[in-house]
Amino acid sequence: MAYFLNMKKAVFVFGFALLLIASCNKEKDSKEEFVFTAPANLPATKYNFSNNPVTTAGFILGRKLFYDATLSRDSSTSCGSCHTSFSSFTHHGHAVSHGIDNKLGIRNAPPVMNMAWSDEFMWDGGINQLDLLPIAPIENPVEMDLEFADAVNRIKNTAAYKPYFKAAFGSEEITGPKLLQAMSQFMNMLISANSKYDKWKRNEGATLTAHETDGYNLFQQKCSSCHSTDLFTDNKFHNNGIKDNFNSDSGRAHITQLPQDVGKFKTPTLRNLEYTKPFMHDGSFQTLEEVLAHYNNGVKTSATLDVALKQNSTVGIPLTPTEQQKIILFLKTLNDEDFIRDTRFAEQ
Amino acid sequence: MKKINSILIASLFIGSLFISSCKKEDELKGNGPLTLHFDNRAGSADFAMNTNLTIASGETINVTKLKYYVSNFVLVKADGSEYKVPQNGNYFLIDEETDSTQDVTLQNIPAGNYTGFKYILGVDSLRSTLDVSQRTGALDPAGAGSDMYWSWNSGYIFFRIDATSPQSTEAGNQCFFHVGGYGGYSTPSTNNIRTISLSGSEAAEVRIGRNPEVHIYVDILQAFTSPNAYSIATDGASFHMPASAVKMADNYIDMFNINHIHND
Ligand code: HEC
Ligand code: HEC
Ligand SMILES: [Cu+2]
Repeated sequence: MAYFLNMKKAVFVFGFALLLIASCNKEKDSKEEFVFTAPANLPATKYNFSNNPVTTAGFILGRKLFYDATLSRDSSTSCGSCHTSFSSFTHHGHAVSHGIDNKLGIRNAPPVMNMAWSDEFMWDGGINQLDLLPIAPIENPVEMDLEFADAVNRIKNTAAYKPYFKAAFGSEEITGPKLLQAMSQFMNMLISANSKYDKWKRNEGATLTAHETDGYNLFQQKCSSCHSTDLFTDNKFHNNGIKDNFNSDSGRAHITQLPQDVGKFKTPTLRNLEYTKPFMHDGSFQTLEEVLAHYNNGVKTSATLDVALKQNSTVGIPLTPTEQQKIILFLKTLNDEDFIRDTRFAEQ
Repeated sequence: MKKINSILIASLFIGSLFISSCKKEDELKGNGPLTLHFDNRAGSADFAMNTNLTIASGETINVTKLKYYVSNFVLVKADGSEYKVPQNGNYFLIDEETDSTQDVTLQNIPAGNYTGFKYILGVDSLRSTLDVSQRTGALDPAGAGSDMYWSWNSGYIFFRIDATSPQSTEAGNQCFFHVGGYGGYSTPSTNNIRTISLSGSEAAEVRIGRNPEVHIYVDILQAFTSPNAYSIATDGASFHMPASAVKMADNYIDMFNINHIHND
């Protein structure tokens, strides 16, 4: 017992000393450095890092902004409100996003991860630079509902931000472009590529079970034309037949205004599906079983249905129940728990 | 003899060429500014906000906001030779509410007599997809360009009229005519970039130490007139999408006219 008490005391003293050291270093935040490193199994990045490389101070500023609700009209909603780290930066459990004044959007919040590999964002690809993206949710009347210029002014008038901008950009001056670049630095660091699949792919000691391997092979045959590369998206737009009319949301055609683009949506990544439910642009599928059943026999036809879903005059992708189960087992190897538990990415 | 004659003539000719080129260099060296003054009009009258105006369809509009971008200037001399004004730093946003925006001064123009003036009404596709760090001045979405930018469809609004009209069935009888669309990022789509080409017999004389001014009349009503007469009742009180704005973009090519040039 005495020994235990002593031990406790020792731990206490040691802890106190650590705290002291930590507080001395407070200005420097922590010694951790943030550098962008592309995982070996992912294709080439698309973000223009030469204009805006990730730095430790830029990442820390970007993270602060991402979780700052003052960027919304009534200071209620931050980016992190709809993109939470523990749900792989989606809006957990929400079919469509839920923003300011409890207003509902029309689309499911996609995971904000592996953004550096994309140059077309949103389900309709309306935004073509990550740096420009934050303006859209900030100004969206059902998301954060604040003029971007006003949002920048609020940050300018918050004295606490000055040292962060100074550290990140060498001057206390706060501008719209710098704010956007800092947010990109944070988002670019949200890299998820540490799933069992990745470790298997990179020969880091993981192995897939026989069923998972079968699932992988089926997936390669049936799904990888759209869900391609280790990003599991071709970053293109397809109609995968979840509806037969798209009057409420025309998808890609909302941007291009071309009839051949009606009902096409950007192929989503399939990483971290365990945490990103519900699925599809309108959040209409709750489980992977429903998704696989959809591809097997639920595909609805319309003028723009993708040719991959009407091969050999059959609509859909025929899959036996066992095949569906195997594909699901494979998809589960894409869950990256390290990513969603990474405290560096969470609100501090 | 004949030979000598022709040599003589030739050398005289070359000599005179030399002299005239010397003379030209003398008076037209160096650079100077040139101002384009954009004077918004409504038909033959001066343009006024918050005033009832009758458009070609006979309908009434009352304008509450009028803004447009001009950029990519090319100046043409009487002999047809062109000077391309550098794009950088030469994006201007004309705002009916702010007089100072209506004078567009192009700096460092080579001295010369310019009779033709070309520019884009809007923002070229390259700038529309430019890195955010280079979007300064009129193109800053957090600054001057804030109400001329579509956040959900990365791109600038080239020409914007907000108005009210008794013919509008939208809330508060509002009308929003927002023309944009640079042709699409990865999928070719509507391109509403229009090049305006003006010329006349008068020349703007650019010289060191002077600032000639081309006074351009901009008939806002023309945006509703021809070739596509626009009716609020039938064509709609608002558009925010490139494809629906093509009619107005085709009309506003003819909205600009040189009224006169000041060379003093
Ligand atoms: C009210 C909920 C909500 C808020 C707040 C919100 N988002 Fe989103 N986000 C969404 C939805 C919904 C989409 C999909 C929109 C679409 O496709 O039209 C989305 C899409 C995105 C994407 C595109 C992902 C992709 O794969 O294309 C990024 C990046 C993103 N948001 C970042 C942010 C940032 C940064 C902020 C804060 C400035 C923010 N979001 C605030 C709901 C939200
Ligand atoms: C023709 C291209 C195409 C093919 C082939 C395809 N998909 Fe998809 N997939 C898409 C598109 C596009 C979406 C998004 C559709 C939407 O939301 O409207 C999607 C969505 C999904 C989603 C939902 C992801 C999320 O986060 O919302 C899953 C899971 C999925 N697909 C799995 C599969 C599987 C498994 C296969 C093979 C059996 C497959 N897909 C074949 C294009 C395709
Ligand atoms: Cu004049």
